[in-house]
Amino acid sequence: MFRRPFDRYSYAPPWREMERLQREMNRLFADSFSLAGGLTAPQYPAINVWTNEDGAVITAELPGVNIEDIDISVVGDTLTLNGTRQPDKLEEGEKYHRRERNYGNFNRTFQLPFHVEADKVEAIFEKGVLHLSLPRAEVDKPKKITVKTA
Amino acid sequence: MMTTETKDLQVQEAEKQELATDGAERTRDSKCFVPRVDIYETDEALIAVADMPGVDKDSVEISLEKNVLTINGYVEPAQPDNFNLAYAEYEMGDYQRSFTLSNQIDFEKIEAVVKDGVLRLTLPKVGPAKTRKITVKAA
Repeated sequence: MFRRPFDRYSYAPPWREMERLQREMNRLFADSFSLAGGLTAPQYPAINVWTNEDGAVITAELPGVNIEDIDISVVGDTLTLNGTRQPDKLEEGEKYHRRERNYGNFNRTFQLPFHVEADKVEAIFEKGVLHLSLPRAEVDKPKKITVKTA
Repeated sequence: MMTTETKDLQVQEAEKQELATDGAERTRDSKCFVPRVDIYETDEALIAVADMPGVDKDSVEISLEKNVLTINGYVEPAQPDNFNLAYAEYEMGDYQRSFTLSNQIDFEKIEAVVKDGVLRLTLPKVGPAKTRKITVKAA
């Protein structure tokens, strides 16, 4: 793959490309399943999930959605994303030539692999992308147990 | 609550369409998508609305060559520090789309606004052609 000269100093580790390839393959299979029997139907909005041992970051692409129209709630390990995408209000006599963008309500629920510290959840909506920072609850974190000699 | 349309957002809305490169290869090492676009007409203008999540006013580029209007949106794929991607449904990348404009558009007065990842282009129509009176001078 072609890379720009400066990438030499800050290039992504090779496994990232491998991971991407693996995801693509998985999605390819998932898609063919969904065509066959709806095993995994994609939902709106599309999300990406990033995790580490202290929590998770979820990003969702929600272009043109008003902040007031996004409803986020966290209960235990469950995150719910609710909202509405409002259509443009056309005046009398105005007409559409082309309409590819969709409008309506959306509702997605995710179960995370850990309980979330609900008070510390942060949500930022920037450039039409929602960034949710979900820290793992302290009580949910693994405790280190020191073994004492008898 | 919405009264006009309450249908749920459809599946295909979540999927981004990748740009087909017909001959011309891209020099940027990232994916490129075709933004979804609405176009509607008002009395004074054509309004084009494009979904480009991740793009702001500094990362969008609009060019007009002859009568072809091209919109480019540049997105640097970013990832949160110290996190690993666990699950992905969408990819980040640039956006590109071109439109051929008719002569009824006033090219000089095209305006663009970006808000919340949505680009809104106003393409004003040329006013009704003014009849020019040509006075014939006597020789």
